[in-house]
Amino acid sequence: MATGIKDKVAILGMGCSRFGERWDCGTEDLLNEAFLEALKDAGIERKQIEAAWYGSGVDRVNVGNSAIPLSTALRLEGIPVTRVENMCATGTEALRGAVYAVASGAVDIALAIGAEKLKDTGYGGLPVSSKGTFNDLWMPYGSAPAGFAQLAAGYRAKYGVSKEDLKKAIGRVSWKSHQNGAKNPKAHLQKAVEMETILNAPMIAEPLGVFDCCGVSDGAACAIVTTPAIARALGRKDLVTVKALALSASAGREQGTNQWDGSYVQNTRNAAKAAYKEAGITDPRAQLSALEVHDCFSITELVTMEDLGVSKDGEAWKDVMNGVFDADGIIPCQIDGGLKCFGHPIGASGLRMVYEHYLQLTGRAGPRQLKNPKLGLSHNLGGVPYNGVCGISIVGLEGA
Amino acid sequence: MQKATGITSFGAFIPRRRLQRAAIASAHAWAFPALKGLGKGERSMCGWDEDAITMAVEAGRDCLRGRSAEAVTGVTLASTSAPYADLNNAVFVGAALRLPTTASAGDTGGSTRAGLSALIAACRSADSGERLVIASERRTAKPGSTQEMQIGCGAGAVSVGAGDGVIARFLGSESVSVPFIDHFRKTGNDFDYSWEERWIRDEGIGKIVPSAVSRLLKRLELGADRVAHFGMSGGPAKSDAAVAKALKLAPEKVLPDLQGTVGDTGAAQPILQLIAAIERAKPGDVIVIVSFAQGCEVIALEMQQAAPAAVGRRGLAGSIANRIEETAYLKMLSNDGHLELDWGMRAETDHKTALTQVYRSADQIFAFIGGKCSACGQIQFPRLPACVNCATSGALTPYALSEEPAKIATYTADWLMYSPAPPLYMGLVQFDCGARLLMEIVDVGTNGIDVGTPLSMTFRKKERDKLRGWDRYFWKATPG
Repeated sequence: MATGIKDKVAILGMGCSRFGERWDCGTEDLLNEAFLEALKDAGIERKQIEAAWYGSGVDRVNVGNSAIPLSTALRLEGIPVTRVENMCATGTEALRGAVYAVASGAVDIALAIGAEKLKDTGYGGLPVSSKGTFNDLWMPYGSAPAGFAQLAAGYRAKYGVSKEDLKKAIGRVSWKSHQNGAKNPKAHLQKAVEMETILNAPMIAEPLGVFDCCGVSDGAACAIVTTPAIARALGRKDLVTVKALALSASAGREQGTNQWDGSYVQNTRNAAKAAYKEAGITDPRAQLSALEVHDCFSITELVTMEDLGVSKDGEAWKDVMNGVFDADGIIPCQIDGGLKCFGHPIGASGLRMVYEHYLQLTGRAGPRQLKNPKLGLSHNLGGVPYNGVCGISIVGLEGA
Repeated sequence: MQKATGITSFGAFIPRRRLQRAAIASAHAWAFPALKGLGKGERSMCGWDEDAITMAVEAGRDCLRGRSAEAVTGVTLASTSAPYADLNNAVFVGAALRLPTTASAGDTGGSTRAGLSALIAACRSADSGERLVIASERRTAKPGSTQEMQIGCGAGAVSVGAGDGVIARFLGSESVSVPFIDHFRKTGNDFDYSWEERWIRDEGIGKIVPSAVSRLLKRLELGADRVAHFGMSGGPAKSDAAVAKALKLAPEKVLPDLQGTVGDTGAAQPILQLIAAIERAKPGDVIVIVSFAQGCEVIALEMQQAAPAAVGRRGLAGSIANRIEETAYLKMLSNDGHLELDWGMRAETDHKTALTQVYRSADQIFAFIGGKCSACGQIQFPRLPACVNCATSGALTPYALSEEPAKIATYTADWLMYSPAPPLYMGLVQFDCGARLLMEIVDVGTNGIDVGTPLSMTFRKKERDKLRGWDRYFWKATPG
């Protein structure tokens, strides 16, 4: 009988590179930047790491296939190193690998690290990918914003929200993240933006304008995990432990049957249900201290509030307008600026979200520090709403 | 009495975008102000994703509406603009039309006469089965030429068979083959080279066509007064009326030359004119159609019965009426490949196609055949090993989606992704039968689209692999 992951694994150290247009850095530099911070934070030697999981999403503008680029960049010699990829949810996959390895007793200390070097493409946005030899023959090559923009069509149709009201609400989502990002020295975009500017920005994929889309960034993020007993033996107090790790992947139902109305993301609902059960959360809006969700696009964050059960169905757009998710709101969301402003280096994002919770839970978040946080939820999407993956990790103070 | 042979069904397709000729003339006014005189009416223009194959499929579908594709024993594609030089273009058309794999498929071209030549050959063949003759052209002309003002794009399809189902009985045909070169295009060249219109009209058409028609009528023992509908293509404007006059045919018997609405569609024009005749003819009417090129082909048919109204048939009149007005001349140049815009780095994506995969999934890709689960009934696309709804393995039986009605479930207009026709409209297409898939949505007119907008399917090019000269074909959705 499975007993779940809750409190079986502790975070010993974390690191995160500065995100943004890192023209001066290659992936190897970004990996070392995040890794050295985590190693110092953990207070261990490189050779104490017994296994590593490396997440990278877009290998043709990165360091290539396999885990060898990681073991080479960090000189992790003779230990098992694995590369994982699950589109934009890749960072969460790396964490799952490391956490489960420790929980299984296979190793004492494991590393999860994710990195992406997106600014070597020569243009904005994500590079165009093959979808496989068969899918390429029939599936349209839409951009990522075009995939998520369809949520807006579905949401409007289901709840009768006007185009204007929804545009304002998603604009308000981005406005809030820019307010938060301005307080984060590692964020890609550190500037507050007026609502007027957001609403009048050039169209990318209707109804998403430029400011409804997250930053496309270079960056790396990293976690070193171990058992609570070892963490304590190494002198750590007030442990941050893993409460839940959940993942859900589409099997074709949303995009292949009429059982999905386009107004929500089924994978998020599946993963949230599993994560809440594993973490023992029954009232997420009351119990969660902060959310780091996959705001690749403003509309995604809006429907995610409903999918995570922190807003009622059809009411997230009103909660957004009422400031429920602002830094001083009922449940702060994207306190670090989110994908929108911290940036979205694919393979790093899932770990970057956990990094923010880790800083908040250990009281090291500086000017954006929340009061007495206990539980933080990270929500990491890959693919598109109707055909993708969702990884959710919940971390919190031991005993919370 | 021998069973009548002739036309048993017909269908047409004209690309929905109609470029205003005044817009072409206006774009060239700085250099060729005289083109203004030709700047009247409109001509059809292809989207980047339409070609002789895709339009042939559309005309073929129109022709087969309410009929069994299983009965077709062969298809001929006549075109001077078929995309492949060495590849049986008609095989793609047959695959998309779900013709039996045992049906013959062949291309014919070489001249704009090819459309009528193919029809005559089908009518003359002793084959007892149903033969499809489709003429389809994506014509292009050098920017600034008079041909650019006069040509159009489109396809016409007729099925030829014998027996009670014959609408228009084949009476006979006449051919003249002489090296009269009004225009030519060498293999590999983009554009036609044309000689003076006055010479073509007076020395060519005026001397060759009336005598050919007269010989045919005489052989058939028909007086000119029996001819109710006369159409001629391949010549300069009004040369059809001049021939009619020489034959002593009343002006009202001359079929529309489609210049004001479509333009000259080359090999497809005689087939489209025949369809125009069938759409208006009464039983007993004699139809004479001429295609002029290095001589001419002449066909005579007699209407047996009024054209039956096939459910949902567009026909020529319906195709002409189904239009989106276009004034962007540069869009036509870009679509035709005559103007290389800077599409950005996203356009550099390599689209190499695995031909092994194309063959493995040929019925899904060309014929849009998904699956129906024998366990739960779910209709779906693509057809994968296990059912999308109940996960039963090996339970999917083929189910064709191309003629099924559908609506928009979700959509967006993508301005970021490369498309030769931005924005790229795409969304989840919900079929009434239960199937759903992500599709590109094309020919979105000024009315726009929304959740619930009714859609029909259209066969198009999906991507172009310019490096290797290969086009992917698949189905797209279009409003209406």
